[in-house]
Amino acid sequence: MKKKLLVLVSLMLVLTGVLSACGKSGSGADQEFRMNLTTEPPSLDVSQAQDQVSFTVLTGLFEGLTRLDATGKVVPGVAEKWEVSDDSKKYTFHLRSDAKWSNGDPVTAQDFEYSWKRTLDPNLNPPAPYAYQLYYIKNGAKYNTKDGVTDAAQLGVKAIDEKTLEVELENPTPYFLNLTAFFTLYPIHKSAQTNANWAAEAKDYISNGPFKMSAWKHGDSLELVPNENYWAKDEIKLSKVKFSMVADANTELSMYQTGKLDWTGKPTGDIPVEQLDKFRKENNKELQIKGVASTYYYNFNNEKKPFNNVKVRKALSMAINRTDIVEKVTKAGQVPAYGFVSTGIFGVAGEYRSEVKDDYFKEDVAEAKKLLAEGLQEEGMTEMPEFTLSFNEGLHKTVAEAIANMWKENLGVNVKLEVQEWKVFLKNRQSLNYDIARAGWGADYNDPMTFIDMFTTGGGNNDIGFKNTEYDALVKEAYATNDQKARVDAMAKAEKILIGDNQAIMPIYYYTSAQLIKPYVKNYSVDFSGNLDYSRITIEK
Amino acid sequence: MSTQLKDVVTSEQAANSPFAKLPQRHTESEIITAESRSTFQESWAKLRKNKYAMSGLYVLIAIIVLAIVCPMISPYNSYTNDLDNTYLAPNSDHWFGTDNLGRDLFVRTWLGVRISLIVGFTAALIDLMIGVVYGGIMGFSGKRLGGVMNKFAEILYAIPYLLVVILLGVVMGNGLTTIIIALSITGWITMSWIVRGQILQLKNQEYVLAAQSMGASGSRILFRHLIPNTLGPIIVTVTLSVPSAIFAEAFLSFLGLGVQTPAASLGTLISEAVSVFTLYPWVMLIPASLLSITMLAFNIFGDALQDAFDPKMKK
Amino acid sequence: MARYLGGKLFNIIISLLVLATATFFLMKAVPGDPFTQEKAIPPEIKANIMAHYGLDKPLGTQYLVYMKNLFQLDLGESMKSQNRSVTTIIKESFATSAKVGAIAIIVSVIVGIYLGMMAALRHKKLIDNAAMFIAVIGISIPNFVIGALLQYFLGVKFPIFTVQGLEGPLDYVLPTIALSTLPIAFIARLTRSTMLEVLTSDYIRTAKAKGLSPHAILWQHGLRNGILPVVTYLGPMTANIITGSVVVERIFGLPGLGGHFVESISNRDYTLIMGITIFYAVILMAARFITDIVYIFVDPRIKVSGGVVKK
Repeated sequence: MKKKLLVLVSLMLVLTGVLSACGKSGSGADQEFRMNLTTEPPSLDVSQAQDQVSFTVLTGLFEGLTRLDATGKVVPGVAEKWEVSDDSKKYTFHLRSDAKWSNGDPVTAQDFEYSWKRTLDPNLNPPAPYAYQLYYIKNGAKYNTKDGVTDAAQLGVKAIDEKTLEVELENPTPYFLNLTAFFTLYPIHKSAQTNANWAAEAKDYISNGPFKMSAWKHGDSLELVPNENYWAKDEIKLSKVKFSMVADANTELSMYQTGKLDWTGKPTGDIPVEQLDKFRKENNKELQIKGVASTYYYNFNNEKKPFNNVKVRKALSMAINRTDIVEKVTKAGQVPAYGFVSTGIFGVAGEYRSEVKDDYFKEDVAEAKKLLAEGLQEEGMTEMPEFTLSFNEGLHKTVAEAIANMWKENLGVNVKLEVQEWKVFLKNRQSLNYDIARAGWGADYNDPMTFIDMFTTGGGNNDIGFKNTEYDALVKEAYATNDQKARVDAMAKAEKILIGDNQAIMPIYYYTSAQLIKPYVKNYSVDFSGNLDYSRITIEK
Repeated sequence: MSTQLKDVVTSEQAANSPFAKLPQRHTESEIITAESRSTFQESWAKLRKNKYAMSGLYVLIAIIVLAIVCPMISPYNSYTNDLDNTYLAPNSDHWFGTDNLGRDLFVRTWLGVRISLIVGFTAALIDLMIGVVYGGIMGFSGKRLGGVMNKFAEILYAIPYLLVVILLGVVMGNGLTTIIIALSITGWITMSWIVRGQILQLKNQEYVLAAQSMGASGSRILFRHLIPNTLGPIIVTVTLSVPSAIFAEAFLSFLGLGVQTPAASLGTLISEAVSVFTLYPWVMLIPASLLSITMLAFNIFGDALQDAFDPKMKK
Repeated sequence: MARYLGGKLFNIIISLLVLATATFFLMKAVPGDPFTQEKAIPPEIKANIMAHYGLDKPLGTQYLVYMKNLFQLDLGESMKSQNRSVTTIIKESFATSAKVGAIAIIVSVIVGIYLGMMAALRHKKLIDNAAMFIAVIGISIPNFVIGALLQYFLGVKFPIFTVQGLEGPLDYVLPTIALSTLPIAFIARLTRSTMLEVLTSDYIRTAKAKGLSPHAILWQHGLRNGILPVVTYLGPMTANIITGSVVVERIFGLPGLGGHFVESISNRDYTLIMGITIFYAVILMAARFITDIVYIFVDPRIKVSGGVVKK
């Protein structure tokens, strides 16, 4: 019998050997950078991409008219210089002559014009979800939503010649040169006209940035190698970028610890919270924590009793201890939030949050109790009814448990906690089917407006039922002017109405991004919103 | 692969044929029909004499009692946070330590045992009842009804369970009933297939044919003769149903269907502890060992039940 | 025989139609759509996108369109992964899942049956108790725990195996263990339980009386009589394991079908949900069909409902 078993076992081993591909790929290349994307990029078509993962890959593959340097400053990209008209509504970009696609074709103004018009095309196959990032362009919104403009020629983007691009805007947009570095505004090679699937496989993929795609094993890995036609190819030292697509954060960390990754954590990965806490306590030199322009907060359903009462909202917001939450629950160096616009966003001369303090309210349990009693009385209630706090799975659950416990201890209110499946949760939140719901918002661009215009009456992301005409007027005012001081003033006033006067949402903390980086990885840059530019990395072992 | 198997089987067929024709189960089945009540008593007496089996039962009872009593006598509750004392190792105050929010794990674990045992055993019981009856009829009935029932089970088994569960959560809200329903929708199918397979094998055997020729009704043959003879695989399948229901519940709680926080089940305690295992191993080891002990006791008892009650196992 | 197989095939097609219909409407009843996302897409753009995928049409029309395509074996394109056809996604990820799954099934059957037999032969002896102890641990500790522990101890603490990926033959070891623990435990217990019955049955006693050794009796005759529950269990188990376990794929970072299935549901990637469901059902029904055939080989007296094989 034992012999038989032996035969079977050896048979199995042979089978294992046959079934698995032979040969391990050696990591001989010294200048190789490896990080984890967590998932397959949903789309690497410039017009279709709209998420962090796709964006991270596109950053290496493409270059826009401008780039952001390590400090977040706008520097020339494909455009070597540009002029801005006096009313700030017309930009003329001059493209550098040596900008080339990975196949050697020159990058022309037409490539940008084609890309932008393609993204705005309402009949694109399929229509671009992120097209609204181009609504700054004259007639962009009207053309994209088929609102009176059907001719693409009426759009405010035009190639004057091969190397000159003229852009007209709807409004003066002070951060427009930041936007031209953003991925939705990258150029697209004209091969896309004949090959709608140009972005589906590595072999068809043509890009104009520091890297080109050499391999894409769907769901498994993606590899970039330097683009020898890139105009600044001398700045690129890496010989390879390898992205893996591992969903589990514990596995990602194990890969880092066993030398299979050079970078773990944000922007596309994650470090499990308790592990992160351990690295912080050990004062691990590989751990980097940096603020990112995102805010974590709770939505109050402003239309539902008793949360329609400002005193009730204030009471709940003042009765929690944010410092405890960031220090003892989330434990990644987050900053307690008392405003909506996060840290790391430009204001007039420096950071908005340093210029406009978020001292709209203070935590005060005694005051909270008083406000709660008054608010309930105004609503004709004798005591706070049990209400539901809804959220999706993950660390949100721990935060919710902590906050519910604070409410119970400080205000004596009973909270029912409810985890919901992600899309069910979103659907409920977007249709105001909740009492209090967890929320978060990250900046699309480096300006307070990316937060402030969210809660205008009827706004697409206004999922709290907030309606305030004064607020709407201030947002409009900020849109209309090009004077940064006046804009920031208007937005600060709006923020005060939102938080200070109404406590329409309950801010909790400003996010950080945490990552472990091997000590030999140098010259990376992480921007204000946590995006990683890996193109200039050097490996110094 | 399939040809190999066939070869083996056919060569064995020849060797086995003298045995295959023996009327092995005839006498046993007569005992059941004639003296089923006293047989039951006899089996019960036999079970009680089996110390090994009874030790399993006693452990089970002890765990149930602890799950009821411990949370009541503890000075702590399951939800109050103590953010300055998170992840304490087991000590004289907190016998099982504390969790990520400083909650007492002794209380949380025993409450978790309570919830998980209710969920696990109720779901297993439902699986057992539906599975045995459905599987029995599926195997015993003619080819048309049996075929349709078989296909229905296959279709139900293949419908994406996650979709069903998400929808159920939206429609019914969360709560113990919802979980148990969610677990029972497809949980019984494996059991029904196991039973069907056994019945298919048994139903053409001589004692069944004999009972039929003596005019016994179909349902009598099925429930009095056939199902008692499939007891072994049934018990094994039930012992699998319990832990799989317990972990399915943990999985459902991520979708908002299971036990809602701050209450925790044994399954959620274990699954949440996996990510901190390397740092705070006891957070996972304690509930995992409790679950294993419970299952071990349950299996020992289950085996003894089979020894005592399976008509085929009588000597 | 041909008629029999034809009838079987017809049954399977009807079942698939019923399944596709049920899944389609179930899927549409679940809140959310492929384009529900945290940063809401402006309603005008979303309307355009929905129209592009035909999701603006009445449910009945959508259903008929889908079924028409299905009859032409066109499973459509994924709504989440742009420009990727459902067929390609299934083909690529099934290759991974099936490789790992096939090994796990073989290991489960061999080890499970062996353990079960040994336990039955040494009933109530040390080896029986030890085998059953292992089996109970295997049943009561779920694969996400086993996978994580294996990964930590054998991948990180003592880096014998890789923590992620399938590059060399050794990389299959940990996923295989994680995948096969539960089936091994269950098969061992089923085998033991049925073998104990067989051992006490008359014909085995007769064989013993003839002087055959218990080992020989059990392996040559007992196994065939007692294997049926294992065969039954193997049908759906095979279908489940070769189509990928989401947990094991996630822990070991394998690009398999199981992960795609769960993701397609959380993304509400309608075409992919339908595609994978139908694919899985085909495998399940095939596995169940083979199970029934195996029944007949194991025990020629069995008449499987739905038709008898005419030889």
